[in-house]
Amino acid sequence: MPRAVVAATVVAAGALAALVPSLGLPQYYVSLLTQTWIFGIAAMSLDLLVGFTGLVSFSQAAFFGTAAYIVGIAQTQYHLAAFWPALGLALLGAVGLAAVFGLLALRGEGVSFIIITLALNEIIWGLAYQWVSVSGGDNGITGFVRPAVAGVDLTGTASFYRFCLVVLLVCLGLLVAIVRSPFGLVLQGLRERPRRMAALGYNVRMFRYAAFVLAAAFAGVAGVLFAYYNEFVGPVTLSLDTTVQILIMVILGGTGTLLGPLAGAAVVVFVSNALSNLTQRWELILGAVYVAILLYARDGLVGIGRRLWLTVSGRDPRRPGADSMMRPAASPPAPGDAEREP
Amino acid sequence: MTFYAQNLLGGLAYGSLLFLIAAGFTLIFGLMRVVNIAQTSFFLVGVYTGLTLLRAHVAFWLAVPMAGATVTVIGLFIYRVFLHRYHADELIALLLTLGFALMLDDGALALWGGNPESVPAPGALAASLQLGTLVFPSYWLALIGISLLIAAALRAMERRTMLGAIIRAGVDDEEMARGLGIDVDRAFYIVFAIGAFLAGAGGLLGGPITGAYPGLDGDLLPLAFAVIIIGGIGSLEGAYVGSLVIGLVSTFGKALFPELSYFTIFVPVAAIMSLRPQGLLGRKR
Repeated sequence: MPRAVVAATVVAAGALAALVPSLGLPQYYVSLLTQTWIFGIAAMSLDLLVGFTGLVSFSQAAFFGTAAYIVGIAQTQYHLAAFWPALGLALLGAVGLAAVFGLLALRGEGVSFIIITLALNEIIWGLAYQWVSVSGGDNGITGFVRPAVAGVDLTGTASFYRFCLVVLLVCLGLLVAIVRSPFGLVLQGLRERPRRMAALGYNVRMFRYAAFVLAAAFAGVAGVLFAYYNEFVGPVTLSLDTTVQILIMVILGGTGTLLGPLAGAAVVVFVSNALSNLTQRWELILGAVYVAILLYARDGLVGIGRRLWLTVSGRDPRRPGADSMMRPAASPPAPGDAEREP
Repeated sequence: MTFYAQNLLGGLAYGSLLFLIAAGFTLIFGLMRVVNIAQTSFFLVGVYTGLTLLRAHVAFWLAVPMAGATVTVIGLFIYRVFLHRYHADELIALLLTLGFALMLDDGALALWGGNPESVPAPGALAASLQLGTLVFPSYWLALIGISLLIAAALRAMERRTMLGAIIRAGVDDEEMARGLGIDVDRAFYIVFAIGAFLAGAGGLLGGPITGAYPGLDGDLLPLAFAVIIIGGIGSLEGAYVGSLVIGLVSTFGKALFPELSYFTIFVPVAAIMSLRPQGLLGRKR
């Protein structure tokens, strides 16, 4: 689809979405949409790594959850209830953690990067689970409330919904600007041909590190919203389950597209809630859907949509879609594939 | 003194259990470069299958290979139908195994329910041993011995047998091995089966220590990964050393810093990553 169409659609959808709480829908749906916006930010932050930089990170929940914990701890133990300082502290925590994780994890490449990020994520989970005097252990942290932001009270479902929507749109705008910037183009170069980028003089590890830390900041924003959404933080927030759920949103939606992961977040939030009303086995179904996407539609919902659009508009849908690390196996190998780093 | 001896033994036993997971993991990765995230889910299915067999009055030592065989069937099915086509694509294979981990996890919850269960140690080994002031389950010693035997057998298989030669050839240069007419695919199946069997049998063997509960696989996964990071991915000896290190560190961590026990495994992982990213016995790739 032409970019202008996409941009216009996003603006129209944003405006429409802002009206949702006034439509008289049950609050349940408004909350599910709020969750979608929050997880959408987290999924887009991971997409910056998975889709644009070619780094499959399994520690996004650690940053998401750490920011959430900091919000809860700051308010309950240090009486820091104001929004901006809490946000600042939480982002500092998420970014600081990512600065350490990145130093370690980026020493490995490919598969070992994945293994290390997963192990680090679980270690942070273990800390939250066991360090009861700080984190409240399995009981988590309760007893904090949503603050007012710029004089707007966020305690109501509708006002908090709109607030999350605004934050989502700001994050989306920032991320689009980042991936289109020269910096973003370097990241995409690293995804495609790390060795060639190194030969061109780019400091591969430095750029990956920067992307890793930047993505953690966005995950932190999502974590702050999630803490306020639930007015509760527990160890699940930074567990492997959450990491995997965010990753599934990205892959389901389509990597390297930003809007795809947002759509993936919507599908996972709505389907898991709808299914969990019908059956207890929704995780099994989600796993099966995820495997099917990996096997048959590796470019995700966005790819399926794009193929439909091309078919409808009469063009050849078999043309490979946008560049992505998850390039469908059928696409012809790009020249120079042999130089890919091991 | 008793405290240290107790935790030393406990740590070695726990490490021996981790080796049963990590060995298959490292063999599978070494040969076919598939990171099998479902390896600890295989362990989980092994514990539950074993528990069901024990409740049907199957003898423990018979139930161990039966649990292993059950998991091998599941593993080979997943491998044959799904993973086989993607072993050349590390990332897709890894993400696929993640999907199967989710499904096995939820399937186990559906079949066996959510209550934590304990697994009895076999007959004579259920008792405690006493050495001076030191009291410990005799099963610990048995597990340490079994795991050491398995490690020795795997090493002999890798070094001394035809299959081992094929595996080593496949690890070093798969294309050349295929070019020479070696059936590397058959080795893939065998290695995947060995990995699944070890994890499944290891499930029941480790069950008396870990118990069976939903989420056990998720709890073990980071430990198994820490083992691999420390030992070096693809190295059998590394997996053994790494298992003992992580077993000891996490056991002493639990005893000394109960609030931070999970965090203590971060220390060796961070040290290895900064000093020797390929792991203690790993090769640079």
